[in-house]
Amino acid sequence: MTEQDQAPQEPGGPSLAAQEVLRAEHISKRYGAVTALRDVNIRLNRGEVLGLIGDNGAGKSTLLKIICGFQQPDSGRLLLDGQQVTLKSVVHARSLGIDVVYQDLALINELSVYHNMFLNRELTSGLLLSNGQMRRIARDHLAQMGVHIPSVNVPVASLSGGQRQAIAVARAVFTNAKVLLLDEPLAAMGVKEGAMILDLVQDLKHRGDVSVIIIAHNYAQVLQVCDRVNLLQHGEIAVDKYARDTSAEELTEIVVEEYRKALAERHHGAA
Amino acid sequence: MSEQTQTGGQPFTPPPPPMPTAGGGGAGDALMDVVGVLARWREATVAIVAVALLLFFGLTHTSTFVTQTNAVDLLSELMMPIAIIAIGEVLLLICGEIDLSVGFIYTFAPFVMFFAIQDYHVPALLAIFLGLLTGVVAGWVNGFITVTLGVPSFITTIGTGYVLYGLALTLSHAQPSPAPPSALSAGKWLGIPGNPWQWAPFVWAVVLVLLFHLVLIRSRWGLHTIAIGGNQLAAREAGINVGRIKYGNFMITGFMGAFVGVQAALYTNNVDPNAGGYPPMFYAVIAAVIGGTAMLGGSGTILGAFLGAMVLATLQDGFDILGVSANPLPIIFGGAILVAMIANVQLARLRQAGRTL
Repeated sequence: MTEQDQAPQEPGGPSLAAQEVLRAEHISKRYGAVTALRDVNIRLNRGEVLGLIGDNGAGKSTLLKIICGFQQPDSGRLLLDGQQVTLKSVVHARSLGIDVVYQDLALINELSVYHNMFLNRELTSGLLLSNGQMRRIARDHLAQMGVHIPSVNVPVASLSGGQRQAIAVARAVFTNAKVLLLDEPLAAMGVKEGAMILDLVQDLKHRGDVSVIIIAHNYAQVLQVCDRVNLLQHGEIAVDKYARDTSAEELTEIVVEEYRKALAERHHGAA
Repeated sequence: MSEQTQTGGQPFTPPPPPMPTAGGGGAGDALMDVVGVLARWREATVAIVAVALLLFFGLTHTSTFVTQTNAVDLLSELMMPIAIIAIGEVLLLICGEIDLSVGFIYTFAPFVMFFAIQDYHVPALLAIFLGLLTGVVAGWVNGFITVTLGVPSFITTIGTGYVLYGLALTLSHAQPSPAPPSALSAGKWLGIPGNPWQWAPFVWAVVLVLLFHLVLIRSRWGLHTIAIGGNQLAAREAGINVGRIKYGNFMITGFMGAFVGVQAALYTNNVDPNAGGYPPMFYAVIAAVIGGTAMLGGSGTILGAFLGAMVLATLQDGFDILGVSANPLPIIFGGAILVAMIANVQLARLRQAGRTL
């Protein structure tokens, strides 16, 4: 892939390494005979929003699982703030500041918004929960992040998909995530809901203390909020471009072209 | 969504009752108001039933029902075991488990106390605590087989229940014995007939229910129990030690079974291998369910189960006073479970309809 050579240069950053919060080097992963990832290199700068796109089966989910600690790569290494890390589990990754938000899996429907925000980090006085204090802090935090819900006291079951997603993101930020992985945050979401999540990501970007990787297959939406996009094809990074230097049309064209080429090859091979 | 919107037992205010849309009939509004009240306080339904039953028997059979003897029968003897075992079952049901063996922990624990005193000359008070400890250990075994070895608790506890029953039968040669006299005096505080200790069982039930109600709604333990039942994967992802909570709830339930078993042995002055068994366990599960605990986990209330135990005990006691044979009682109990469950499901459906109208 020639596009790989066009990996953009950091525009005038004095110290490249200092800005880098996460780097994955030479990551490979196989499942039996299937190579899911082949020598993948990605980097994420502080306060950056990186879009990880690609067709189904391109290796997005595998890469996500490796970065969030759910799986270990066969080879390659991860660096967090320049330090090599071996992620033993999702909980371990979270303790280091890498947090993944899965669609609709993260919250307890039966619990209130504020109990979800504080899940397993509850404030207590003695043996009892400090509900009033948690309620107040959750309300302030959500308001500060621009997440609008009727009340922090309602069970999350009564909220919409977009609101639940927003709360999951807000919780991750609230628990001091440095790197936030959003897995298909816009799937199964209405236009307004999707816009709400995109606004939330914009907000995070402006706050600058969180770096985000968004996994998605809707190129147009991703380009709205991303600083940079990486396109995965057949387990390799095929494109690494700044969002302003590319377009949904271009990315779609690359994927379609790849598909035509593969089809022609197969046709050729069969003949 | 309909099940998920039930919020009973949570320390937060559930969403405001659904607003009927304009043009709805007055009868519809009134219905939605009632549904709203019932939805807001899930113990309301069972509380109304309990009070109605007490009033019915109290007003129609005043001379026999409203007496100290009957109050002790009702509160200390009939209700106490159901209410105390139900504490454990509520916690287990909320986190997605069940203990069918607790009635046999009830059977077995007094034998540990009995043989500790008779054969090993352990001081009576210590022997009572050994009996209670038996329940905790049995609960740990249930937790080990269920959580660590991965057998569904429904199966685990059928197995451990039979083992405990068999142990009690074997050790006693299937013969009941009077409780050791030293245990009777050392265990007065658990409740023995005659004033004032005959009230102790009821007092214990109230104290334990209030204590564990607080644990469920105001402590991290309770919150994590609910979280596990609601979404075990998310709870684990958040770093909650799911196994520890489940082990703990099995051990609490085992303790409750042993407490009730030792108490009953002292109160009746009879250590009997055929005491306990399935009836007190099933009554406790019924009390939990009619009190608003979801069989599928995620929500439930100990106060509701206490009221459920009150309903079951009042029915048992009332039938006795009416002079009706005990034979039709299972019909009433079965009917009560069905009515309670149908009401729960239908109320949730009505609420959902009100929201989406």
